[in-house]
Amino acid sequence: MSVFRDFAAALRAPDARRPQGALNPGGKPSVARYDVYRNNVATSLIEALATGFPVVRQLVGEEFFSAMAREFVLLHPPKDPVIVLWGAGFPDWLETFAPIKAVPYVPGIARLEYLRRQAFHAADVEPLEPAMLAGVAPDALAAQRLLPHPSARWMADPMPILSIWQRHQEDADDIDPPAGEILVGRPKMTVAQMAAPEGTCATLDALAGGAPLGRALPPDADHPAIFATLFAAGALLPPDHV
Amino acid sequence: MLPSLPRTAGIGFKPAHYTDLVGSPGAVTWLEVHAENYMVDGGPQLAMLDDLADRFPISLHGVGLSIGGPGPLDAVHLGRLRRLVDRINPASFSEHLAWSSHSGAYYNDLLPLPYTEMTLNAVCGHIDEVQDRLGQRMLLENPSSYLRFAESTLDETEFLAEVVARTGCGLLLDVNNVFISAVNLGFTPQDYIGTFPLSEIGEIHLGGHEADQDEDGATLLIDTHGAPVADPVWALFENVVARTGPLPTLIEWDNEVPDFATLEAEAARATNILTRQAAA
Repeated sequence: MSVFRDFAAALRAPDARRPQGALNPGGKPSVARYDVYRNNVATSLIEALATGFPVVRQLVGEEFFSAMAREFVLLHPPKDPVIVLWGAGFPDWLETFAPIKAVPYVPGIARLEYLRRQAFHAADVEPLEPAMLAGVAPDALAAQRLLPHPSARWMADPMPILSIWQRHQEDADDIDPPAGEILVGRPKMTVAQMAAPEGTCATLDALAGGAPLGRALPPDADHPAIFATLFAAGALLPPDHV
Repeated sequence: MLPSLPRTAGIGFKPAHYTDLVGSPGAVTWLEVHAENYMVDGGPQLAMLDDLADRFPISLHGVGLSIGGPGPLDAVHLGRLRRLVDRINPASFSEHLAWSSHSGAYYNDLLPLPYTEMTLNAVCGHIDEVQDRLGQRMLLENPSSYLRFAESTLDETEFLAEVVARTGCGLLLDVNNVFISAVNLGFTPQDYIGTFPLSEIGEIHLGGHEADQDEDGATLLIDTHGAPVADPVWALFENVVARTGPLPTLIEWDNEVPDFATLEAEAARATNILTRQAAA
Protein backbone atom coordinates (compact mmCIF):
# COMPACT_ATOMS: atom_id res chain seq x y z
CA MET A 1 0.00 0.00 0.00
CA SER A 2 1.43 3.33 -1.00
CA VAL A 3 0.76 4.97 2.37
CA PHE A 4 3.18 2.54 4.06
CA ARG A 5 5.71 2.81 1.25
CA ASP A 6 5.72 6.61 1.42
CA PHE A 7 5.88 6.63 5.20
CA ALA A 8 8.82 4.19 5.22
CA ALA A 9 10.72 5.92 2.41
CA ALA A 10 11.02 9.21 4.28
CA LEU A 11 12.20 7.49 7.48
CA ARG A 12 15.57 6.73 5.94
CA ALA A 13 16.22 9.46 3.37
CA PRO A 14 17.25 12.67 5.17
CA ASP A 15 15.87 14.97 2.46
CA ALA A 16 12.86 12.96 1.37
CA ARG A 17 9.47 14.62 1.14
CA ARG A 18 7.33 13.76 4.17
CA PRO A 19 4.07 11.88 3.47
CA GLN A 20 1.31 14.32 2.57
CA GLY A 21 -1.31 12.25 4.38
CA ALA A 22 0.36 12.75 7.80
CA LEU A 23 -1.84 15.41 9.31
CA ASN A 24 -2.24 17.55 12.42
CA PRO A 25 -5.70 17.64 14.07
CA GLY A 26 -6.69 20.54 11.82
CA GLY A 27 -6.06 18.46 8.69
CA LYS A 28 -2.81 20.15 7.67
CA PRO A 29 0.27 18.05 6.71
CA SER A 30 2.78 18.27 9.59
CA VAL A 31 6.49 17.64 9.19
CA ALA A 32 7.13 17.99 12.94
CA ARG A 33 4.62 15.27 13.76
CA TYR A 34 5.96 12.88 11.14
CA ASP A 35 9.47 13.62 12.35
CA VAL A 36 8.71 12.28 15.84
CA TYR A 37 8.68 8.80 14.26
CA ARG A 38 11.69 9.58 12.10
CA ASN A 39 13.71 10.70 15.12
CA ASN A 40 12.56 7.69 17.15
CA VAL A 41 13.81 5.34 14.43
CA ALA A 42 17.24 6.99 14.19
CA THR A 43 17.67 7.53 17.94
CA SER A 44 16.61 4.03 18.96
CA LEU A 45 18.94 2.40 16.44
CA ILE A 46 21.86 4.68 17.37
CA GLU A 47 21.23 3.74 21.02
CA ALA A 48 21.18 0.07 20.08
CA LEU A 49 24.63 0.46 18.49
CA ALA A 50 25.89 2.43 21.51
CA THR A 51 24.72 -0.39 23.79
CA GLY A 52 26.33 -3.01 21.59
CA PHE A 53 29.64 -1.20 21.04
CA PRO A 54 30.41 0.62 24.32
CA VAL A 55 34.21 0.65 23.93
CA VAL A 56 34.02 1.99 20.37
CA ARG A 57 31.84 4.75 21.80
CA GLN A 58 34.39 5.51 24.52
CA LEU A 59 37.20 5.59 21.98
CA VAL A 60 35.61 8.05 19.55
CA GLY A 61 33.48 10.02 22.03
CA GLU A 62 29.72 10.17 22.38
CA GLU A 63 29.08 12.92 19.85
CA PHE A 64 31.26 11.43 17.12
CA PHE A 65 29.79 7.98 17.78
CA SER A 66 26.23 9.26 17.32
CA ALA A 67 27.07 10.97 14.02
CA MET A 68 28.92 7.87 12.78
CA ALA A 69 26.14 5.52 13.92
CA ARG A 70 23.54 7.71 12.20
CA GLU A 71 25.33 7.21 8.87
CA PHE A 72 25.46 3.46 9.40
CA VAL A 73 21.78 3.31 10.41
CA LEU A 74 20.68 5.14 7.26
CA LEU A 75 22.78 2.95 4.98
CA HIS A 76 22.31 -0.40 6.73
CA PRO A 77 19.11 -0.53 8.78
CA PRO A 78 18.43 -3.82 10.53
CA LYS A 79 16.52 -6.49 8.62
CA ASP A 80 15.46 -8.38 11.70
CA PRO A 81 13.57 -7.34 14.86
CA VAL A 82 16.04 -9.15 17.14
CA ILE A 83 18.03 -5.99 17.83
CA VAL A 84 20.13 -7.62 20.56
CA LEU A 85 21.99 -9.39 17.74
CA TRP A 86 22.06 -6.49 15.27
CA GLY A 87 25.33 -4.89 14.23
CA ALA A 88 27.26 -7.74 12.58
CA GLY A 89 28.04 -5.46 9.64
CA PHE A 90 29.22 -2.51 11.73
CA PRO A 91 32.91 -3.55 12.11
CA ASP A 92 33.36 -4.06 8.34
CA TRP A 93 31.59 -0.78 7.61
CA LEU A 94 33.93 1.00 10.02
CA GLU A 95 36.87 -0.24 7.88
CA THR A 96 35.44 1.83 5.04
CA PHE A 97 34.54 4.91 7.12
CA ALA A 98 37.19 7.50 6.20
CA PRO A 99 36.81 9.83 9.24
CA ILE A 100 38.16 7.17 11.63
CA LYS A 101 41.20 6.20 9.56
CA ALA A 102 43.28 8.09 12.14
CA VAL A 103 42.15 5.61 14.82
CA PRO A 104 42.94 2.36 13.00
CA TYR A 105 42.12 0.04 15.91
CA VAL A 106 38.43 1.04 16.06
CA PRO A 107 37.17 -1.61 13.58
CA GLY A 108 39.08 -4.33 15.48
CA ILE A 109 37.56 -3.21 18.79
CA ALA A 110 34.11 -3.24 17.17
CA ARG A 111 34.74 -6.78 15.91
CA LEU A 112 35.75 -7.97 19.38
CA GLU A 113 32.67 -6.33 20.93
CA TYR A 114 30.38 -8.02 18.42
CA LEU A 115 32.04 -11.42 18.94
CA ARG A 116 31.58 -11.03 22.71
CA ARG A 117 27.89 -10.26 22.17
CA GLN A 118 27.46 -13.35 19.97
CA ALA A 119 29.21 -15.47 22.59
CA PHE A 120 26.95 -14.03 25.32
CA HIS A 121 23.75 -15.08 23.51
CA ALA A 122 25.00 -18.43 22.12
CA ALA A 123 23.40 -21.78 22.92
CA ASP A 124 24.03 -23.48 26.27
CA VAL A 125 26.02 -26.69 25.69
CA GLU A 126 28.61 -28.39 27.88
CA PRO A 127 32.04 -27.83 26.30
CA LEU A 128 34.71 -30.47 25.74
CA GLU A 129 36.75 -31.14 28.89
CA PRO A 130 40.36 -32.41 28.71
CA ALA A 131 39.34 -35.57 30.59
CA MET A 132 37.04 -36.55 27.72
CA LEU A 133 40.09 -37.09 25.52
CA ALA A 134 42.15 -38.95 28.16
CA GLY A 135 43.25 -42.35 26.97
CA VAL A 136 42.59 -41.65 23.30
CA ALA A 137 45.53 -42.98 21.30
CA PRO A 138 47.55 -40.40 19.31
CA ASP A 139 46.45 -41.88 15.95
CA ALA A 140 42.81 -41.80 16.98
CA LEU A 141 43.22 -38.24 18.24
CA ALA A 142 44.65 -37.10 14.90
CA ALA A 143 41.62 -38.60 13.14
CA GLN A 144 39.16 -37.10 15.62
CA ARG A 145 36.75 -34.44 14.34
CA LEU A 146 35.66 -31.80 16.89
CA LEU A 147 33.41 -28.81 16.32
CA PRO A 148 33.78 -25.34 17.83
CA HIS A 149 31.42 -24.61 20.74
CA PRO A 150 28.49 -22.33 19.71
CA SER A 151 29.93 -19.57 21.94
CA ALA A 152 33.45 -19.78 20.47
CA ARG A 153 34.50 -16.83 18.32
CA TRP A 154 37.95 -16.00 17.03
CA MET A 155 39.71 -13.17 15.26
CA ALA A 156 43.17 -11.91 14.39
CA ASP A 157 44.21 -8.29 14.16
CA PRO A 158 47.52 -6.50 13.56
CA MET A 159 46.68 -4.05 16.40
CA PRO A 160 46.79 -4.89 20.15
CA ILE A 161 42.98 -5.04 20.30
CA LEU A 162 42.73 -7.07 23.49
CA SER A 163 45.00 -4.72 25.35
CA ILE A 164 43.08 -1.62 24.21
CA TRP A 165 39.75 -3.28 25.06
CA GLN A 166 40.95 -4.23 28.56
CA ARG A 167 42.11 -0.70 29.35
CA HIS A 168 38.54 0.46 28.76
CA GLN A 169 37.02 -1.88 31.35
CA GLU A 170 36.17 -0.82 34.90
CA ASP A 171 38.27 -3.62 36.35
CA ALA A 172 41.19 -3.01 34.01
CA ASP A 173 44.23 -5.15 34.82
CA ASP A 174 47.87 -4.53 34.02
CA ILE A 175 48.29 -7.31 31.49
CA ASP A 176 49.09 -5.98 28.04
CA PRO A 177 48.42 -8.76 25.56
CA PRO A 178 50.21 -8.20 22.25
CA ALA A 179 48.60 -7.95 18.82
CA GLY A 180 47.61 -11.23 17.21
CA GLU A 181 44.97 -13.90 17.58
CA ILE A 182 42.07 -13.60 20.02
CA LEU A 183 39.72 -16.31 21.25
CA VAL A 184 36.33 -15.50 22.78
CA GLY A 185 34.22 -18.04 24.66
CA ARG A 186 31.66 -18.31 27.43
CA PRO A 187 32.94 -20.80 30.01
CA LYS A 188 30.53 -21.03 33.00
CA MET A 189 28.10 -18.44 31.57
CA THR A 190 30.63 -15.56 31.64
CA VAL A 191 32.10 -14.26 28.40
CA ALA A 192 35.90 -14.41 28.38
CA GLN A 193 38.40 -13.30 25.78
CA MET A 194 42.04 -14.24 25.69
CA ALA A 195 45.17 -13.88 23.63
CA ALA A 196 45.56 -17.08 21.63
CA PRO A 197 48.74 -18.70 20.29
CA GLU A 198 49.42 -18.41 16.59
CA GLY A 199 47.53 -21.09 14.71
CA THR A 200 44.44 -21.08 16.98
CA CYS A 201 42.26 -19.32 14.42
CA ALA A 202 43.43 -21.62 11.61
CA THR A 203 42.71 -24.64 13.81
CA LEU A 204 39.17 -23.48 14.59
CA ASP A 205 38.49 -22.54 10.94
CA ALA A 206 39.55 -26.03 9.87
CA LEU A 207 37.60 -27.80 12.64
CA ALA A 208 34.48 -25.78 11.79
CA GLY A 209 34.98 -26.94 8.18
CA GLY A 210 34.98 -30.56 9.31
CA ALA A 211 38.73 -31.32 9.22
CA PRO A 212 40.10 -33.92 11.68
CA LEU A 213 42.44 -32.63 14.41
CA GLY A 214 45.55 -33.96 12.67
CA ARG A 215 44.88 -31.76 9.65
CA ALA A 216 43.32 -28.82 11.54
CA LEU A 217 46.40 -28.08 13.68
CA PRO A 218 49.05 -26.18 11.67
CA PRO A 219 52.22 -28.36 11.69
CA ASP A 220 54.57 -25.66 12.95
CA ALA A 221 52.26 -24.34 15.70
CA ASP A 222 52.56 -24.91 19.47
CA HIS A 223 49.86 -27.59 19.77
CA PRO A 224 49.81 -27.91 23.59
CA ALA A 225 49.48 -24.11 23.91
CA ILE A 226 46.61 -24.07 21.39
CA PHE A 227 44.80 -26.86 23.28
CA ALA A 228 45.30 -25.13 26.63
CA THR A 229 43.70 -21.96 25.21
CA LEU A 230 40.82 -23.82 23.56
CA PHE A 231 40.05 -25.60 26.83
CA ALA A 232 40.32 -22.40 28.88
CA ALA A 233 37.71 -20.75 26.64
CA GLY A 234 35.48 -23.82 26.49
CA ALA A 235 35.84 -23.43 22.73
CA LEU A 236 35.21 -27.02 21.61
CA LEU A 237 32.26 -29.38 21.71
CA PRO A 238 32.54 -32.99 22.92
CA PRO A 239 33.07 -35.54 20.09
CA ASP A 240 29.43 -36.74 20.19
CA HIS A 241 28.31 -33.43 18.63
CA VAL A 242 30.09 -34.19 15.34
CA MET B 1 -11.03 -16.83 28.80
CA LEU B 2 -8.79 -13.81 29.32
CA PRO B 3 -5.12 -14.60 29.95
CA SER B 4 -4.31 -15.23 33.55
CA LEU B 5 -2.16 -12.34 34.70
CA PRO B 6 -3.08 -11.38 38.26
CA ARG B 7 -5.36 -8.34 38.54
CA THR B 8 -2.66 -6.46 40.44
CA ALA B 9 0.42 -4.40 39.61
CA GLY B 10 3.45 -5.47 37.56
CA ILE B 11 6.50 -3.73 36.11
CA GLY B 12 8.56 -3.97 32.95
CA PHE B 13 11.58 -6.10 33.90
CA LYS B 14 15.06 -4.54 33.86
CA PRO B 15 18.05 -6.75 34.74
CA ALA B 16 19.32 -4.07 37.17
CA HIS B 17 16.29 -4.78 39.39
CA TYR B 18 16.74 -8.54 39.54
CA THR B 19 18.12 -8.70 43.10
CA ASP B 20 15.40 -6.41 44.49
CA LEU B 21 12.68 -8.37 42.71
CA VAL B 22 13.88 -11.68 44.08
CA GLY B 23 14.46 -10.25 47.58
CA SER B 24 11.53 -7.93 48.27
CA PRO B 25 9.23 -7.30 45.31
CA GLY B 26 6.72 -5.31 47.41
CA ALA B 27 3.76 -4.29 45.25
CA VAL B 28 5.24 -5.94 42.16
CA THR B 29 3.36 -9.20 41.55
CA TRP B 30 4.19 -9.93 37.89
CA LEU B 31 6.66 -8.91 35.19
CA GLU B 32 6.53 -7.94 31.55
CA VAL B 33 9.42 -8.60 29.16
CA HIS B 34 9.95 -7.67 25.53
CA ALA B 35 9.91 -10.91 23.55
CA GLU B 36 12.58 -9.82 21.05
CA ASN B 37 15.20 -9.34 23.79
CA TYR B 38 15.05 -13.06 24.50
CA MET B 39 14.98 -14.47 20.97
CA VAL B 40 18.51 -15.82 21.34
CA ASP B 41 19.90 -19.36 21.53
CA GLY B 42 21.02 -19.29 25.17
CA GLY B 43 23.26 -17.47 27.62
CA PRO B 44 22.83 -15.65 30.93
CA GLN B 45 19.99 -13.36 29.79
CA LEU B 46 17.76 -16.25 28.76
CA ALA B 47 18.74 -18.14 31.94
CA MET B 48 17.61 -15.13 33.99
CA LEU B 49 14.25 -15.16 32.20
CA ASP B 50 13.84 -18.88 32.96
CA ASP B 51 14.49 -18.08 36.62
CA LEU B 52 12.04 -15.15 36.66
CA ALA B 53 9.37 -17.28 34.99
CA ASP B 54 9.68 -19.70 37.93
CA ARG B 55 9.07 -16.85 40.39
CA PHE B 56 6.55 -14.52 38.70
CA PRO B 57 3.72 -14.64 36.16
CA ILE B 58 5.22 -13.28 32.94
CA SER B 59 3.57 -11.06 30.36
CA LEU B 60 5.38 -11.54 27.06
CA HIS B 61 5.17 -8.32 25.09
CA GLY B 62 6.20 -8.29 21.43
CA VAL B 63 7.51 -5.19 19.67
CA GLY B 64 8.58 -6.58 16.31
CA LEU B 65 5.79 -8.58 14.65
CA SER B 66 4.59 -5.60 12.58
CA ILE B 67 0.94 -6.65 12.93
CA GLY B 68 -0.25 -3.34 11.48
CA GLY B 69 1.78 -3.61 8.29
CA PRO B 70 0.45 -4.58 4.88
CA GLY B 71 2.94 -7.38 4.21
CA PRO B 72 2.83 -10.99 5.44
CA LEU B 73 4.12 -11.68 8.96
CA ASP B 74 7.72 -12.88 9.21
CA ALA B 75 7.38 -16.66 9.57
CA VAL B 76 10.85 -17.02 11.09
CA HIS B 77 10.00 -14.43 13.70
CA LEU B 78 6.70 -16.16 14.51
CA GLY B 79 8.59 -19.42 14.89
CA ARG B 80 11.01 -17.83 17.37
CA LEU B 81 8.05 -16.38 19.27
CA ARG B 82 6.41 -19.79 19.49
CA ARG B 83 9.63 -21.32 20.86
CA LEU B 84 9.86 -18.59 23.51
CA VAL B 85 6.21 -19.08 24.48
CA ASP B 86 6.81 -22.83 24.80
CA ARG B 87 9.91 -22.17 26.89
CA ILE B 88 8.54 -19.76 29.50
CA ASN B 89 4.78 -20.42 29.32
CA PRO B 90 3.77 -16.76 29.75
CA ALA B 91 0.46 -15.76 31.35
CA SER B 92 -0.16 -13.43 28.41
CA PHE B 93 1.16 -12.46 25.00
CA SER B 94 0.53 -8.97 23.66
CA GLU B 95 1.55 -6.92 20.63
CA HIS B 96 0.86 -3.50 19.15
CA LEU B 97 -1.54 -1.97 16.66
CA ALA B 98 1.46 -0.67 14.71
CA TRP B 99 4.01 -1.69 12.09
CA SER B 100 7.79 -1.73 12.25
CA SER B 101 9.02 -3.57 9.14
CA HIS B 102 8.66 -2.67 5.48
CA SER B 103 10.32 -4.06 2.36
CA GLY B 104 12.92 -5.98 4.34
CA ALA B 105 13.97 -3.16 6.70
CA TYR B 106 13.17 -3.17 10.42
CA TYR B 107 12.63 0.34 11.86
CA ASN B 108 12.71 -0.45 15.60
CA ASP B 109 9.77 1.85 16.31
CA LEU B 110 6.01 1.43 16.53
CA LEU B 111 4.81 3.18 13.38
CA PRO B 112 1.22 4.31 12.80
CA LEU B 113 -1.28 3.02 10.27
CA PRO B 114 -4.37 4.55 8.69
CA TYR B 115 -7.63 2.98 9.83
CA THR B 116 -9.41 1.68 6.73
CA GLU B 117 -11.25 -1.48 5.61
CA MET B 118 -8.02 -2.57 3.91
CA THR B 119 -5.81 -2.19 6.98
CA LEU B 120 -8.53 -3.77 9.13
CA ASN B 121 -8.47 -6.87 6.92
CA ALA B 122 -4.67 -7.04 7.09
CA VAL B 123 -4.55 -6.64 10.89
CA CYS B 124 -7.27 -9.27 11.44
CA GLY B 125 -5.48 -11.71 9.13
CA HIS B 126 -2.24 -11.19 11.06
CA ILE B 127 -3.89 -11.65 14.45
CA ASP B 128 -5.59 -14.84 13.26
CA GLU B 129 -2.20 -16.10 12.17
CA VAL B 130 -0.51 -15.22 15.50
CA GLN B 131 -3.29 -16.81 17.58
CA ASP B 132 -3.19 -19.95 15.41
CA ARG B 133 0.60 -20.19 15.64
CA LEU B 134 0.71 -19.62 19.41
CA GLY B 135 -2.44 -21.60 20.17
CA GLN B 136 -3.66 -18.85 22.51
CA ARG B 137 -5.53 -15.59 22.58
CA MET B 138 -3.37 -12.50 22.24
CA LEU B 139 -3.89 -8.93 23.41
CA LEU B 140 -3.61 -5.97 21.02
CA GLU B 141 -2.38 -2.61 22.37
CA ASN B 142 -3.70 0.80 21.33
CA PRO B 143 -0.90 3.09 20.04
CA SER B 144 0.25 6.57 21.04
CA SER B 145 -0.36 8.87 18.05
CA TYR B 146 1.40 12.02 16.91
CA LEU B 147 -0.55 12.43 13.68
CA ARG B 148 -3.65 11.25 11.92
CA PHE B 149 -3.87 9.96 8.35
CA ALA B 150 -5.84 11.61 5.59
CA GLU B 151 -6.59 8.06 4.43
CA SER B 152 -8.37 6.95 7.64
CA THR B 153 -12.08 6.17 7.43
CA LEU B 154 -12.58 4.57 10.87
CA ASP B 155 -12.01 5.81 14.44
CA GLU B 156 -9.37 3.94 16.40
CA THR B 157 -11.92 2.51 18.86
CA GLU B 158 -14.21 1.40 16.00
CA PHE B 159 -11.20 -0.26 14.39
CA LEU B 160 -10.22 -2.04 17.63
CA ALA B 161 -13.79 -3.17 18.34
CA GLU B 162 -14.01 -4.67 14.87
CA VAL B 163 -10.67 -6.46 15.30
CA VAL B 164 -11.92 -7.97 18.55
CA ALA B 165 -15.22 -9.01 16.96
CA ARG B 166 -13.52 -10.68 13.98
CA THR B 167 -10.52 -12.34 15.65
CA GLY B 168 -11.57 -12.92 19.25
CA CYS B 169 -8.37 -11.29 20.51
CA GLY B 170 -8.29 -9.27 23.72
CA LEU B 171 -7.04 -5.74 24.19
CA LEU B 172 -4.24 -4.12 26.11
CA LEU B 173 -5.39 -0.63 27.06
CA ASP B 174 -2.46 1.76 27.37
CA VAL B 175 -4.00 4.61 29.36
CA ASN B 176 -0.96 6.83 28.84
CA ASN B 177 -1.29 6.31 25.07
CA VAL B 178 -4.95 7.33 25.20
CA PHE B 179 -4.03 10.54 27.01
CA ILE B 180 -1.13 11.28 24.62
CA SER B 181 -3.24 10.67 21.51
CA ALA B 182 -6.11 12.75 22.93
CA VAL B 183 -3.85 15.76 23.50
CA ASN B 184 -2.01 15.30 20.19
CA LEU B 185 -5.07 14.71 18.03
CA GLY B 186 -7.55 16.93 19.89
CA PHE B 187 -10.13 14.52 21.30
CA THR B 188 -11.39 13.91 24.84
CA PRO B 189 -9.87 10.86 26.55
CA GLN B 190 -13.23 10.11 28.24
CA ASP B 191 -14.87 9.85 24.80
CA TYR B 192 -12.23 7.34 23.73
CA ILE B 193 -12.73 5.28 26.90
CA GLY B 194 -16.50 5.55 26.40
CA THR B 195 -16.28 3.80 23.01
CA PHE B 196 -13.44 1.39 23.87
CA PRO B 197 -14.46 -2.30 24.27
CA LEU B 198 -13.72 -2.27 28.02
CA SER B 199 -14.92 -5.83 28.62
CA GLU B 200 -12.14 -7.17 26.37
CA ILE B 201 -9.25 -5.60 28.30
CA GLY B 202 -6.74 -8.18 29.52
CA GLU B 203 -4.08 -5.75 30.69
CA ILE B 204 -3.48 -2.04 31.32
CA HIS B 205 -0.28 -0.09 30.67
CA LEU B 206 0.69 3.07 32.55
CA GLY B 207 3.80 5.01 31.57
CA GLY B 208 5.34 8.46 31.47
CA HIS B 209 5.43 11.04 28.69
CA GLU B 210 7.08 14.37 27.97
CA ALA B 211 5.76 17.54 26.36
CA ASP B 212 7.06 19.05 23.13
CA GLN B 213 5.54 21.25 20.42
CA ASP B 214 4.82 20.90 16.71
CA GLU B 215 5.74 23.53 14.09
CA ASP B 216 2.59 25.52 14.88
CA GLY B 217 3.30 25.65 18.60
CA ALA B 218 0.65 23.06 19.45
CA THR B 219 1.48 20.77 22.37
CA LEU B 220 2.81 17.42 21.25
CA LEU B 221 3.12 14.80 23.99
CA ILE B 222 5.88 12.26 23.37
CA ASP B 223 5.55 8.69 24.68
CA THR B 224 9.00 8.38 26.28
CA HIS B 225 8.46 5.74 29.00
CA GLY B 226 11.12 7.76 30.78
CA ALA B 227 9.20 9.55 33.54
CA PRO B 228 6.67 8.91 36.34
CA VAL B 229 3.04 8.36 35.33
CA ALA B 230 1.41 11.81 34.99
CA ASP B 231 -1.47 12.83 37.30
CA PRO B 232 -4.13 13.06 34.55
CA VAL B 233 -3.14 9.55 33.44
CA TRP B 234 -3.62 8.26 36.99
CA ALA B 235 -7.05 9.94 37.04
CA LEU B 236 -8.01 8.37 33.71
CA PHE B 237 -6.79 4.99 34.96
CA GLU B 238 -9.01 5.26 38.06
CA ASN B 239 -11.89 6.23 35.78
CA VAL B 240 -11.35 3.07 33.69
CA VAL B 241 -10.96 0.75 36.66
CA ALA B 242 -14.14 2.19 38.20
CA ARG B 243 -15.97 0.75 35.19
CA THR B 244 -14.05 -2.51 34.66
CA GLY B 245 -13.00 -3.55 38.15
CA PRO B 246 -9.36 -4.45 38.90
CA LEU B 247 -7.18 -5.44 35.92
CA PRO B 248 -3.54 -6.51 35.52
CA THR B 249 -1.76 -3.13 35.50
CA LEU B 250 1.79 -2.52 34.30
CA ILE B 251 4.13 0.34 35.12
CA GLU B 252 6.28 0.88 31.99
CA TRP B 253 9.56 2.72 32.47
CA ASP B 254 12.06 1.84 29.73
CA ASN B 255 14.32 4.90 29.47
CA GLU B 256 16.21 6.74 32.23
CA VAL B 257 15.28 3.68 34.30
CA PRO B 258 15.01 4.61 38.01
CA ASP B 259 15.97 2.55 41.04
CA PHE B 260 13.67 -0.26 42.10
CA ALA B 261 12.17 1.71 45.03
CA THR B 262 10.87 4.39 42.63
CA LEU B 263 9.28 1.81 40.35
CA GLU B 264 7.84 -0.12 43.29
CA ALA B 265 6.25 3.13 44.58
CA GLU B 266 4.52 3.58 41.19
CA ALA B 267 3.33 -0.04 41.37
CA ALA B 268 2.04 0.58 44.92
CA ARG B 269 0.13 3.64 43.72
CA ALA B 270 -1.52 1.51 41.02
CA THR B 271 -2.29 -1.15 43.64
CA ASN B 272 -4.02 1.44 45.85
CA ILE B 273 -6.29 2.47 43.01
CA LEU B 274 -7.06 -1.14 42.06
CA THR B 275 -7.86 -1.97 45.69
CA ARG B 276 -10.00 1.16 46.16
CA GLN B 277 -12.03 0.41 43.05
CA ALA B 278 -12.42 -3.26 43.99
CA ALA B 279 -13.97 -2.14 47.29
CA ALA B 280 -16.16 0.54 45.71
